[in-house]
Formats: sequence, C-alpha cells, structure tokens
Amino acid sequence: MSNRPKTIFEKIWDAHVVKRAEGYPDALFIDRHFIHEVTSPQAFDGLRKRNLPVFNIQRTTATADHNVPTKDQHLPIKEALSRHQVETLRKNCAEFGVELYDLGHPYQGIVHIIGPELGLTLPGMTIVCGDSHTSTHGAFGNIAFGIGTSEVEQVLATQCILQYKPKTMRIEINGQLGKGVVSKDIILYIISKISASGATGYFVEYAGDTIRKLSMEARMTICNMSIEMGARGGLIAPDETTFTYIKGRKFAPIGAAFDEAVAKWKKLATDEGAKYDVVLTFDAADIAPMITYGTNPGMGIKVTDRIPTPAELKEISAQASFTKSLEYMDLQPGAPLLGKPIDYVFIGSCTNARIEDLRLVAGMVKGKKKAEGVEVWVIPGSRQVEAQARQEGLDKIFEQAGFELRSPGCSACLGMNEDKVPPGKYCISTSNRNFEGRQGPKSRTFLASPLSAAAAAITGKVTDVRELM
Amino acid sequence: MKEKFTTLVSTGVPLPIENIDTDQIIPARFLKATTREGFGDNLFRDWRYDSAQNPMADFALNQSRYSGKILVAGKNFGCGSSREHAAWAIYDYGFRVVVSSFFADIFKNNALNNGLLPVVVSDSFLRSLLETLERELNTSITVNLQDQKIKFNDREEWFEINAYKKTCLTNGYDDIDYLLSLRNEIKEYDLSHA
Ligand code: SF4
Repeated sequence: MSNRPKTIFEKIWDAHVVKRAEGYPDALFIDRHFIHEVTSPQAFDGLRKRNLPVFNIQRTTATADHNVPTKDQHLPIKEALSRHQVETLRKNCAEFGVELYDLGHPYQGIVHIIGPELGLTLPGMTIVCGDSHTSTHGAFGNIAFGIGTSEVEQVLATQCILQYKPKTMRIEINGQLGKGVVSKDIILYIISKISASGATGYFVEYAGDTIRKLSMEARMTICNMSIEMGARGGLIAPDETTFTYIKGRKFAPIGAAFDEAVAKWKKLATDEGAKYDVVLTFDAADIAPMITYGTNPGMGIKVTDRIPTPAELKEISAQASFTKSLEYMDLQPGAPLLGKPIDYVFIGSCTNARIEDLRLVAGMVKGKKKAEGVEVWVIPGSRQVEAQARQEGLDKIFEQAGFELRSPGCSACLGMNEDKVPPGKYCISTSNRNFEGRQGPKSRTFLASPLSAAAAAITGKVTDVRELM
Repeated sequence: MKEKFTTLVSTGVPLPIENIDTDQIIPARFLKATTREGFGDNLFRDWRYDSAQNPMADFALNQSRYSGKILVAGKNFGCGSSREHAAWAIYDYGFRVVVSSFFADIFKNNALNNGLLPVVVSDSFLRSLLETLERELNTSITVNLQDQKIKFNDREEWFEINAYKKTCLTNGYDDIDYLLSLRNEIKEYDLSHA
C-alpha cells in the first residue's frame, strides 16, 4: 500500500477487503451483522436450502423491533402475521445459534439503538443490517450500511458481501448553532439543500467544528438520515466524545484492551490532504428549526418559511410529483406551515428515541400540558432507554403533560405494527420518513426535531420552538 | 440459479412520477410474509386500490391499455428502505425491467440480485419514452443486455451496467456462489481479526 493520504472511509474499506479480483466487486469482510424479523426469514431459508451454518455467530446479533406492539409487550402479539414473523425469528435464531434480544429482554430495542448502547458498534468496523438506517452506526467512525435480504443471506453464509467502493463526499458544517436548533435540524437542512437523491452513489463523511461539538446521540441522528439523501452511508471520525461514550459499555473492550483499541481508533481519522470526490460546506448559523411539508425528506423548509410554489422548483420535471405530493398532504403551495393544527405527535424511531432525545422533550414540556385533542406517543428506542428515562423521572414529566410513554419498538415510524396514524390525520414526527402512507395508510407526516415535536404537542399546531424557549 | 436474462422485447407501463419510494412499491404492512413469493398482489397497493379495496381507475397498472414486462418510471426510483420485498414485488407482478433516469443504490442492488434489470437512461430518453407510451399504445421496447442497448421506435440508447452484474444476470449466477468459493480466505481473515 502506498503512503497516499486516505480518508477514514478508504482506510476502513481497504482494511476489510478479503479479496479483490479482476472483474469482481470487492469481497468485503463484515465485522458486525445485525438482524431483525422483517428482512431475515428468507435469508435463513436460503441457508437451510444450501445446508449452511451461520459463518460466525459471534458477529451476529438479532432483535425484534419492526412488528412489535408498544403496549402490553408481555402478551403474545395479537396480529397473526406479525406474531408469525417474530416467532420465525425466534425459531431461526435458536436453530442457528444466533443471540436474540427478544421481547422482554433487557437489551431489546430498535436494532440501531441497541448496537451502540451495548458497545457492539465500534469505530473502524464494517457493519451491515437488512435495514437502510444502518447508517446510524457510522456516528462511531465505521462503515455501516443497509443491505437487502439476498445480501443478508450472503453475510450469514460467508461473513462477506460483494461491493463496489462508492465515491466519497465530505460534508462540513462549521459555526455556532442557533437557539432551538438541534442535530435533526442540521440533517433536515442538508437534505433540503441537496435533495432526496443528492448523495446517491456516495459514502458521506460529516466533519467540521459544529459536528465535533455534538454528543454521540446527536451524531447518530445525523448519520441515521444519510440514506434520506440517497447516500450509501454516513460516518463521523471518532474522537474523545466517541471513546467516552463507548467506555464501560457491555460488549466494549475493557482495561488494556480498551486503551489499545483507542490508540488504533485514533489513527482512523482522515489524513491531511486526502481527496474526496465531492466536498460541501454549510454554515451552522444558516440553519433554523426545520420541518418537512411534502412526501420525501428533501421537501423541508425552515419552520418560519412558506411552502414553495411549483414555479420555484429548480427542475421543471419535478413539478408533477411536487403537486401530487402537496395534494396528498392537502397543503397549498406558497402557504406557511406555522400554525397548522396537528393531530398526533410521535416521538420515537432510530432517529430520535435515545435518552438524550427524551431528556430534550422532557425539558421542554416540564410543567406544561399537551394541547386538547392531540395524541402524543413517546416510544423509547430500547429497554435500556426506557429504564433510564424512568430512573430519571422523565416518565412522571410525560405523564403530567399527558404524553404516553410506551415500550420500545419501531412503532409509528412505519405502519407495520399496531401504532398507526389514521387516514388524513397530521402527525409531527421525529422519525426519518414522510413517505405517503409511511405512518399508516393516508397518514400525513411532518418530520421535525424532538424539540419542535414537543413544542407542537403543547400548542397543538406547527410551532416555532424558539417562541417557547 | 436464477432465470437467465438476454434480450427482452415487450410493451411497457408508464409511471411518470419522481422519487417513487419503496413504501409505495410495497407498503410496510405487506412485509410480513416469510417467503419470497406472492408480493406482486400488493405491488403499489395504495396507488392501485382505494380504502374500500376498489381498483383506482386512473392508476396505470389498472388500465388495460397498458401492459408488458417493462416498467418505466420517473427519476430516483426505489428510494427509501432496503426492503428487498420491493424488487420481489415488481418481479412477482411480472416485470423484468425497470427503466428510469436514476435509481436509488440499495434498490438497484436488490433488483440485480433478483433477476430484475434496472436500465438507466438519459432524462430526454426517459421523457420521450414516457410520452410515447402514453400516446402510442403497443409501442414495443427492446432491451438487449448483451449489447447494453434499449430501443423503441427509432430511438436507441446505450445503458451502463456493471460487467460483473451483467455476467451474473446473463448466466443466472448468484453473488453467494462466488463468496462461497472464498470460504478459506474468509476464515483466515476472520481468525486474524478476532
Ligand atoms: S425506527 Fe423506523 S427507520 Fe428505524 S429501523 Fe425502525 S422502522 Fe426502520
């Protein structure tokens, strides 16, 4: 290998290539494989058909999250197909010897929340999961990306995946964030600038002093939504914030092994002079509390802005889709969103259901009450988050505010379990996708930060959170 | 072994919408099957049927004037989730090719892994094909994988496809066959990086 300066992405990628052969994509070794009930059954079937074991069960961890109810989790799942999928996961994990954090287990939770909190997600790794938001793990300085079920089967069978190296993009954000602006606003702002397909084909590295000052939770929120601009994944070079977060976690290295690991992780950062295919720079001072108005995450505005008109779009060809989207949302082009009444508030998902998110929300609603007629769900990302929230007394604050704190799962992030937003209703949501029907058939989603969602819960309408601060 | 792909001559179904995401292709509530079959019934479910489960007359898949094994869709097709069910649903419904000017990464991979060929064309080719399909029903489209060419009427365009994936599609190979042949090297790597 030459001494050419390398990006963190290239360093990790190159270190994991088991085989690079002419005419083939790289065979990339996978350090950590997370699985869940929705995208794994057909992959296990594939193993069975080929009569193969799981290549390395130590590198494989399973949980149930997408289908699970967030109420009465101790009872059998009511919906037959959901129950069947979770039972199939149970059966497959038992048969192949894979560790499963099942319903009721103290480590159960959304797959992208439990990896980091258990110390299974570490810097320098390659991580995959049959779920597009695997990019979340990149916050620790690793290559993490979502894969399809055929690829889940490949990784189960061989601990490798065939991949072409994507291009690299550096997104730098510098400066001081304004009042009421949190990491969710940063990423919604970036996506609104570069569009829902602006990073397709790229692996993104987030950098700059604004990012450096963010907590691990906040970094995860940003990396989580990399996929919403089409990126293969997003990562942030590890630093003291990362090492402090990891230290002492269940599966993290301990003692001398930890110090050794840190010394190695420190070398991961991008070398001076390394080249990226694209570099974008943003000023933190330009970012405000954000909200989406349309049906893809790129359709976002500052909460105080008005919805664009078709004539203002950069591309004429996008007009038909734009109009269709506003019709679905029943919103008028050129109108403001501020003051728009909402029906539901969903605080949860792998984007914003970590303890820090719950603390933010609690801080905002303490001593206040939700607006009449608004339904508010607070769904912790994991059992551990839930336990922590209760220990800190956040549950009491939520209860007084009229918010319902439930059990962990993907919940209303996607209309697959019992938690659905009814047709035609507006939901301000801390999740990552505002696609048509994502939160339930005909549901209408406004994506926003936990702070903005909490503010809307109190006023019952789309609110500039800064007015409540 | 998968079905082999060489040349396809067929009519096409136009879907001139951009950013068609995987939640539209196959809504989450239909992801609960534990096998790969049968997803075609729920392809574009919420665009095909209203809440009373009646077919919506204005949706392309419900219009008898459109048919064929080629789906032609707007830019950034397949964005969103990694659910391979999206590719399975399109294939199961009977499509073998999706034409667009831009595909989301994971979807493209999933399609290729399931014998569904994503053909990337220029914006102008796409526009002209969409217009033609709406105007001249029965327009025949030819997709030749060997020469990497797509053609209708007098318009022809070359499309890019990764050489490795092309070989896989042409011969019906799976990635897993190649990876399994590397088992020893992988074992060694695994042991030295425990
Ligand atoms: S919370 Fe939502 S985005 Fe995250 S893994 Fe679950 S369904 Fe996917």
